[in-house]
Amino acid sequence: MIPEIGQFSLILAFCFAIVQGTLPLVGVWKNNAALSNLAVPAARTQFAFVAIAFICLDYSFYANDFSVLYVASNSNSHLPLAYRLAALWGGHEGSMILWVSILALWTMAVTLFAKSLPETFRIRLISVMGMVSIGFLAFIIFTSNPFERLIPAALDGRDLNPLLQDPGMVFHPPVLYMGYVGFSVAFAFAIAALLDGRLDITWARWTRPWTTVAWVFLTLGIAFGSKWAYYELGWGGWWFWDAVENASFMPWLVGTALIHSLAVTEKRDAFKVWTVLLSICAFSLSLLGTFLVRSGVLTSVHAFATDPRRGVFILMYLVVVIGGALILFAWRAPKVGLGEKFDVVSRESMLLTNNVVLVAAAGSVLLGTMYPLLMDALGAGKISVGPPYFDAVFVAIMAPGLFLMGLGPLAKWRKASLPEIGMRLRVAAVISLVSALLVPLLMGKLTLMTAVGVFLGIWVASTTLILLVNRIKTRKIATPDLVENLKGIPLAFYGMLLAHFGIGVFILGVTLVKGYESEQDLRMDKNDVAKIGNLEFRFDGTQEIAGPNYMSSQGTFTVTSNGKPVTVLQPEKRFYPVQGSVMTEADIGPGVIKDLYVSLGEPLENGAWSVRIYIKPFVQWIWAGAILMALGGILALTDKRYRILNKKAAKEAQDALEVFEA
Amino acid sequence: MKKLWIIFLLISNFAFAGEAKPLGDDPALELRLKTLSQDLRCLVCQNTTLADSSAPLAEDLRQEIRKLMREGKSDQEVIDYLVARYGDFVLYKPPVNESTALLWFGPFLLLIVGGFVLFRVLKKHAGNEDIQAEDV
Amino acid sequence: MNRTLKFLIPLVLFFIAVGFLFKGLYLDPHEVPSPLVGKPAPTFQAPVLSDASKTFNSADMKGQVWLLNVWASWCGACREEHPVLMAMAKSGQIATYGLDYKDTDQEAQAVLDANGNPYKTIATDVNGKIGIDYGVYGVPETYIIDKTGVIRYKQIGPITEEVLINKIVPMLKELQR
Repeated sequence: MIPEIGQFSLILAFCFAIVQGTLPLVGVWKNNAALSNLAVPAARTQFAFVAIAFICLDYSFYANDFSVLYVASNSNSHLPLAYRLAALWGGHEGSMILWVSILALWTMAVTLFAKSLPETFRIRLISVMGMVSIGFLAFIIFTSNPFERLIPAALDGRDLNPLLQDPGMVFHPPVLYMGYVGFSVAFAFAIAALLDGRLDITWARWTRPWTTVAWVFLTLGIAFGSKWAYYELGWGGWWFWDAVENASFMPWLVGTALIHSLAVTEKRDAFKVWTVLLSICAFSLSLLGTFLVRSGVLTSVHAFATDPRRGVFILMYLVVVIGGALILFAWRAPKVGLGEKFDVVSRESMLLTNNVVLVAAAGSVLLGTMYPLLMDALGAGKISVGPPYFDAVFVAIMAPGLFLMGLGPLAKWRKASLPEIGMRLRVAAVISLVSALLVPLLMGKLTLMTAVGVFLGIWVASTTLILLVNRIKTRKIATPDLVENLKGIPLAFYGMLLAHFGIGVFILGVTLVKGYESEQDLRMDKNDVAKIGNLEFRFDGTQEIAGPNYMSSQGTFTVTSNGKPVTVLQPEKRFYPVQGSVMTEADIGPGVIKDLYVSLGEPLENGAWSVRIYIKPFVQWIWAGAILMALGGILALTDKRYRILNKKAAKEAQDALEVFEA
Repeated sequence: MKKLWIIFLLISNFAFAGEAKPLGDDPALELRLKTLSQDLRCLVCQNTTLADSSAPLAEDLRQEIRKLMREGKSDQEVIDYLVARYGDFVLYKPPVNESTALLWFGPFLLLIVGGFVLFRVLKKHAGNEDIQAEDV
Repeated sequence: MNRTLKFLIPLVLFFIAVGFLFKGLYLDPHEVPSPLVGKPAPTFQAPVLSDASKTFNSADMKGQVWLLNVWASWCGACREEHPVLMAMAKSGQIATYGLDYKDTDQEAQAVLDANGNPYKTIATDVNGKIGIDYGVYGVPETYIIDKTGVIRYKQIGPITEEVLINKIVPMLKELQR
């Protein structure tokens, strides 16, 4: 009964999405209030039905209803409850349900929090989001129904892929999707503005906070995923340039560019065409990512079971949504004005240079991801594009951009002077250059890559600090008291500082772990000791333990430094009988300076094991940097300015509209 | 509790401790193998490197590479050996040739063209006192 | 450049991308074409299955068109193509030789005893060394080798009836002329 309710709700949600996505637009066009006013109730009802469908499906997982094919394929009665609930998004059909649920959630948020927008704009916005929803609901209903029954019911389920049985599975996909799908709001803002002919400062101001929220989620989602890969896959990598990782990284790069170009548009009413194009691109890349994952055109560790019908469906949908958006863009954009004037060297131009770098970087990721397909489609042979390509090309493109990142925030709006910026940054330049030589020497090996990496990391971090000092100094005359001074600086500024500082921390983490990690493949008998630097890892043997749905050989390693205990690590080799798969569970002793990472290889004779021991210096800084970036975004959001401006701007816009209509 | 246990383990096992041995008998060769095979793709489970894959074929190939290295073959000769059998597909770093020129140079071209266009637009934008839509 | 046209660039780029994606839907990213097609087949000598006293020498095959089918008893997809191989053997169109890849004689023989033997001779490749020389990465794989000893075609995965009729038979007719 419950699955049928879910199925029925999904169909109703589809119907309401059609109402939401079409009638209000007609209403606005024909000036028919009755039709336009359908937007909000239709959107909320759609949300309610999608939520019911979600709950019904998750209830089937909770209740171990193996008469539902999807539950039987992705769960098992021995699976712990948290994983059973998360198993909803463990397969293709359910993760699509997660997709539409999050889209409905964003739409709901728009109906609740975007109240200060002019009425027609708001209606168009909600309606465009409805259109996006129609396609995905149709996709689920017609090609990927998760409520399909299995008759006769299975005795037990085939279990969730053991690789996914991890706390990361509970958090990573929803947070990532919140970011991915969140760009649909910026997209809808862009389309509504193009339809409205209203591409202006207020549009940029409204879009900004929504884009930032999505960006924060995407940043955290990608960081979670990377951390998960780090401890779960058992060989200590944290980023693989896998097609699906790239699919989430491209919207991040373009979304980051968008946040910066929105700043220019908001401030100067300029480069609106570019900003609107970025809004369309960010979400288009999210959709492209969905296509790449679902259609099986690329090989990936994340690829879901594939079916060409599904691929064709999503591709058609891409053509309608992205193609439609770009046609609208080509039609409306030429009529958009240029905005206020600013100099070739100015904060504005710096922000736009950042855009060029980020877009070129996204271009390199896109090209690298799609190139094997391109070659194959042209019959030019099969090639692979992997980490060595991205490490070379992506990094080479980003490096000058990171250098400019130090200069940009110090440039004055409208007109800046490069020599003046240079003077202000001379301290940072000296600090960065010295550390670029000193840090690698302290770590024991100096290479070009580590020197450049350390330079850029310290450069970004130290220029950010100088920016703060500068700000305090300029405010000192008006507000001599330091605390008052600090309090008076807008939160958005702190947000920017924190996010930029996070980039610096991230770069240092990446550089140092890549340059100085060490790995040992050892054969260890019980009580053998491995000496690595001043650390001693003693293998105390393994013991068999039984988990809720697996058997495990758990090794114990006592780590000491000069006889003093440091930590005890217990990596496992797990066997999951339902899928008959063996999983390597590494154990990590995390630290600010370094992580100790131990994983069990294969059992050898007489209780000996092959063991891998990694020392990963500063690896945690990678995720710390990402979290700082996200915190920066959150700080920027809490800025009072937005809320006040939102109301004021809304009033201004309303006044302008009245004047226009009169 | 955990601490006590550590101390207990330290005392009880101390007497039997031996030195852990490297898995391969030639650590320098293993390092070379590792570095090389990290840029090669495993053909069986196509999304792991030859270094990280646990597929039987990957194990065979690593064994083969060890043999070739012991025979004194250079890294390039080992790569040629694999490419002759499996094609460019095994290389995570595609070779630079006519068909991959766009891949290798496209992003830089995009950066340069983008920078150039931006510079021109900015110049125009800055020079115009009276800015109108028609002047893009 | 014409102003309006400039705004069409993103759309054009998008449609080019769609074209490739559409094509991509009908390609298999797991199928890696062999660089060995068009090149001389690596020569090998290996003991014959269940009769280790005899040796199969691929050099002896010069002057005839032959099929080398790489298979193993542990390979599920090989059972799938087994009936097709049997039918081929019955038709007498071509001599099929087997390469038993990373297997034991005992288990391989058991499979043949149960399902029939479509091969003229079976060479064994216990440690997978010959497989590496032929660029085998997933059994079953099948090679068509011409009279001069050049590999003309490689089938990755099981031979289906469709593949047999559309690809293998026409190619054999051409080569045997």
